[in-house]
Amino acid sequence: MSIVAGCDVGSLTSKAVIMKNRKIIGSHIIKSKPRPGESANTVLEGALLSAGVAKEEIQYCIGTGYGREKIEFVDEVVSEIRCHGKGARWMLPTAEIVIDIGGQDCKTMKLDKDGNVSRFSANDKCASGTGRFLEVMARVLNVDIEELGRLSAKARDPITLASTCTVWAQADVIKYLNSGVPIEDIGAGINSAMASRVAILVNTIKPEGDIFMTGGVAKNIGVVETLEKLVGRRIKKTRRADPQMAGAIGAALLSLEKINGSEKPESMNTDFTSQPSVQERSS
Amino acid sequence: MIVAGCDIGSLTAKAVIMENGNILADAVMRAKTRPSESAVEVMQMALEKAKLTMDDIKYVVGTGYGREQIPFVDQVESEISCHAKGAWQIMPSVRMIIDIGGQDAKATRLDDNGNVARYIYNDKCASGTGRFLEVMAEALEVPLEKLGELAATSTEKLSISNQCVIFAETEVVSLVNEGKEIADILNALHHSLAKRVSSLARSIDVRTDVVMTGGVAKNVGVFNALSEALGLPLKALSGVDPQLMGALGAAYYAAEKVGEMKDAGIELRGHNT
Repeated sequence: MSIVAGCDVGSLTSKAVIMKNRKIIGSHIIKSKPRPGESANTVLEGALLSAGVAKEEIQYCIGTGYGREKIEFVDEVVSEIRCHGKGARWMLPTAEIVIDIGGQDCKTMKLDKDGNVSRFSANDKCASGTGRFLEVMARVLNVDIEELGRLSAKARDPITLASTCTVWAQADVIKYLNSGVPIEDIGAGINSAMASRVAILVNTIKPEGDIFMTGGVAKNIGVVETLEKLVGRRIKKTRRADPQMAGAIGAALLSLEKINGSEKPESMNTDFTSQPSVQERSS
Repeated sequence: MIVAGCDIGSLTAKAVIMENGNILADAVMRAKTRPSESAVEVMQMALEKAKLTMDDIKYVVGTGYGREQIPFVDQVESEISCHAKGAWQIMPSVRMIIDIGGQDAKATRLDDNGNVARYIYNDKCASGTGRFLEVMAEALEVPLEKLGELAATSTEKLSISNQCVIFAETEVVSLVNEGKEIADILNALHHSLAKRVSSLARSIDVRTDVVMTGGVAKNVGVFNALSEALGLPLKALSGVDPQLMGALGAAYYAAEKVGEMKDAGIELRGHNT
C-alpha cells in the first residue's frame, strides 16, 4: 500500500495528484498564485482533502513545473519533460508523441518503449505558439479559451493572421474586430495560427505513432483539429484523466517508482535500440 | 524652388518643406487610422507654419509605411533610401544608419558615395522595435518621451532576460512587484532593446560613422545603450530632429528631381490642394 503525490506548479495553473497503487485517489487544480510556494501548499491541501488522506500518509512526493524549486514539501524535483512523458504514457498507453502546450511555453516529446523521453523540442523564447498567445487573443475577443476553440467550427470565412508575433497579431485582430469581421472567422484564424506554430515544433521531432496532447490548450478543439491536419495524424483523446493533470500524474508515478523501485527491472542488453537522448531547442 | 517630403509611419506622420536646401517648415503628428488622412493633415500643418499653400510646392516625394496612400505625391521612395539620403546630406561621413521605427528596425550601410550598399531590417518580431518601448512605457505608466531622462537617474543595474515583448512585459511587472525602481527597470529595457538592434546591425558589418534616426533616437537612454552595445560612439546628427530624417530625405529627393527636370527644360506647375 503505497500512497504518493505529484505536484506540478506551472506559470498559470498548479496541479496536485494523490496516487495509491497507480490509481488516482485524489486531485486538485488551482490558478497559480504570485508565489509558487503558496500555490503548491494550497493545491496539495485540496488534493489531500479530495483523497481523504493526511499529509503524513504520503510516502513520497515529487515536484515539477516552472515553480518546482519553490515547493517546500517535496522529496525530489524532476523536469516537466520527464513528468509529462510518464503521465502521458499512463493516460494513453500507446502514446509515442506528446505535445504539451503550457502557459508560457510549448514542448514536444518523443517517448521510447518505457515512456522515457528520447527527443524533445521546445519553445519558451517567443510567446507565439504558447498558451499565452491564446490567452492574449481570448482577452481581445472577450471569450474564454474553450469558447475560442469552438469558434473554429462556426467560421465561414476564416481570417489569416499575417504575423507570427503575438504583438503584431493582436493589433491585426483588433483591426479585424473594428472592421466588423465576425468573431467566429477571427477566432478560427487565431486557432489556425496557433496550430501552425505548434506544428513546426512537432515536425522537428519527426512524429510517428499516436499523438497525445497535455496541458490546457488540449481543450481547444479548434487548435487540436487544425494541428491534426497540419501534422497529418490524429491526436488521441482519453477519458482516464484531465490532460492538464499529466505533469502531476507523471510526478506521482515517478514517486511510486522511487519507493517501489522501477516496476520493470532494468534489463541488460535490451533488444530495442536505445536512442541517444537528443535535446533540441528551437525558438 | 519649393519642394516637400512626406513620411507616413505606423506611429507618426512627418512632413518637411524645403527651398534650395533650407528647411522652411516641418511638422510631426501622431498617425491617424488612415494614412491618407495623416498625410493631408501633417502637410497642412507644415504649410501653415511656412505660410504657403499646396500650390507653392513644385514636387512632393512620399515615403514610409503608408507612402502608397498619400494622395498628393509625385513620387515615392523607400524609407531606407530616404533615411540614407537625409543622413548623408547632413553628415557626409556617415556609413551606417540605424533607424528604430514604431514597428520595425533597420540598419543600412552606405558606400563612400552615399549609396545604399546593404541593409537589413526586422519587422517580424515586435522585440527590437519601437513597439517594445511603447508597451513597456504603458506598463510602467511613464510617457514615452520621458523614458530617456528617467532612465538616466538609474542607480542599480538590472537585466531583462526575456526578449519577447509579451514575456518581457510580465518580467517588468514582477520587477515592479519586487520593489525595483522604475528608472533601473527602464535602463535595463534600453539595454535589452540596444542589444537586439545591435545584433541586427552587426550582421551587415558596422562601419563608422554610425548615426541613429527615427523617433527612438531622441531617447538618450537607447542612444547611449546602443553605443555601448556596438562598442563605438554613435554620432549625433546635429541641428535636425532625427525623427524627421525620412521626410527630410524625401524632400532632398524632390529637390534633386526638380533640378533634373529644370535641366531637361520641363516646367513644373504647383500642386492644387
